[in-house]
Amino acid sequence: MSTPRPLTERIEAANGLVSFAAYESAQGYAAARQAVTEMSELDVRDLVKDANLRGRGGAGFPTGVKWGFVPPPERTTPGHTYLVCNADEMEPGTFKDRYLMEYDPHLLIEGMIIAAYAIGADRAYIFLRGEYHEPFKQLSEAIRSAYDHGFLGDRIFGTRHDLELSIHRSGGRYICGEETALLNALEGKRAQPRTKPPFPPASGAWGRPTIVNNVETLCNVPCIIRNGADWYQNLGLGEDAGTKIYGVSGRVKNPGLWELPIGTTIREIIEVHAGGMQEGFALRGLLPGGASTDYLTDEHLDLAMDYGTIQAAGSRMGTGTMILMDDSVCPVAMAKNLQHFFAQESCGFCTPCREGLPWLEKLLADLEEGRGEPGDLELLDRNAAFIGAPGNTFCLHATGAIEPLASALRYFRPDFEAHIEQHGCPYHTEDR
Amino acid sequence: MSEVTNLINVLSEDEISRIQHEIDLLPDAQSAAIEALQIIQDARGWISDESLQAVAKMLGMSSSQLDSIATFYNLLYRLPVGKHVVNVCDSVSCFVMGSDRLMQRVCESLDVELGQTTQDQEFTLIPSVCLGACDRAPVLMIDKTLFGRGETEDLASVFKRFTE
Repeated sequence: MSTPRPLTERIEAANGLVSFAAYESAQGYAAARQAVTEMSELDVRDLVKDANLRGRGGAGFPTGVKWGFVPPPERTTPGHTYLVCNADEMEPGTFKDRYLMEYDPHLLIEGMIIAAYAIGADRAYIFLRGEYHEPFKQLSEAIRSAYDHGFLGDRIFGTRHDLELSIHRSGGRYICGEETALLNALEGKRAQPRTKPPFPPASGAWGRPTIVNNVETLCNVPCIIRNGADWYQNLGLGEDAGTKIYGVSGRVKNPGLWELPIGTTIREIIEVHAGGMQEGFALRGLLPGGASTDYLTDEHLDLAMDYGTIQAAGSRMGTGTMILMDDSVCPVAMAKNLQHFFAQESCGFCTPCREGLPWLEKLLADLEEGRGEPGDLELLDRNAAFIGAPGNTFCLHATGAIEPLASALRYFRPDFEAHIEQHGCPYHTEDR
Repeated sequence: MSEVTNLINVLSEDEISRIQHEIDLLPDAQSAAIEALQIIQDARGWISDESLQAVAKMLGMSSSQLDSIATFYNLLYRLPVGKHVVNVCDSVSCFVMGSDRLMQRVCESLDVELGQTTQDQEFTLIPSVCLGACDRAPVLMIDKTLFGRGETEDLASVFKRFTE
């Protein structure tokens, strides 16, 4: 029996974009109608909590628990409560949310209607990457259809609930993925992270209760309402529940995305679904969940891609889209590429991140260009430990930047040493 | 001269009404800062000092405050760009798949360095962070169109599609 694929089965059936008619005929908006007209807000939150849905943006926080942090109406002043969908997919190597929004925009809208109902939100925003032109087009059209059918706007599904939904096109900065930075950007400000507490469920957008959820997380909600918590729990192979959209990029035969039971092994994802490595290339390492996760190596291939297993191996499942490093790639050059990204995307607010990351990039450039000296690796180790320690910087941007660097220094040490001994890079990157 | 007429000297009526529409959707005018700058850029390709000052006035904030926002975001241009913007991804998935070579070929094909505009003012080349199309790496984007592996061999004809 093939496993259900609640997030992508409609896209497969439509062989591309799922239209409003196709979505509706496949039980579309039935879950939202059921939640809004037949269930209490608390029932919806409890169901999602019981299903053990965890945030798919990278942190893995239980979604139903997060929703429960919104204070009840009697404990806040009158005003809006906000739901914000984090669709600012800027983690390098990650392309799963684009796929969902581009091909099945109604699934996200339905998930948002249910989530908004569960937290008592009457305003919702999709915070979308500015570069995502096709998702913007498809979402805009889908939102219009949902308004036309009374699923959005005043008195949705004929109830007393209102929900306005609109898209904010981001001006473009990686730090917008951090939820409090995202809220500043939504308010038209520089996207600098805010002090926590207060946390967004208590005081978020414009000082009002706000829940921020990732695209894939919200897309999981309708199938939980339709099929129940037990069904959802049984989709997962290990401790985690549901399916996960896994992705592979790099020198494999068939790079792409696949919706699989959460807890599928790394080996199955790479060898079966991505078709294995291309002829003439061997796998040396991988970043399991985007650029800001620690390297794993070929000794980790039989691990399950779930939150707990990957964390126990010293990394993070992150976004679940892995980047493969093959034997033609210089680990020092790749580390430099990663630090360049994080240095450029630092918001500049706190000093260790603003000054430290460019400095690390420069040190890696020295190694690449033959200016490395004995002691440089110890210097990298020491400063990576300093900059990467949570609490030494204002937010976790620098911590994420250091995860791939510190693990590269650990797993690929001989490559780093060779750059010093040979006064330059032993790889011929220009031949790739 | 009324304040609106003053603004119209710099901003078009269409720009003003589109910015006003965004303001009306939000709790306060300043919250529309990014949308307002995007509206200007959509119409003019970039954000000049003059239009930035006009927008600041419309939103009730100082121009230096608005400029601190404009200069924070990668996709807001405070310098003129060509008719088309070419973004070559330089993030890690594309790097692994050879984005350095693609970048070099784009520079040669357009005869520009990073950040420069071609002499005929058609293309400006800007490196980009991950474009979220990693299965097609290495990728480049021209305006709103993505080109992936296998679609960038003949760069001259790719660029020609945008100038014809």
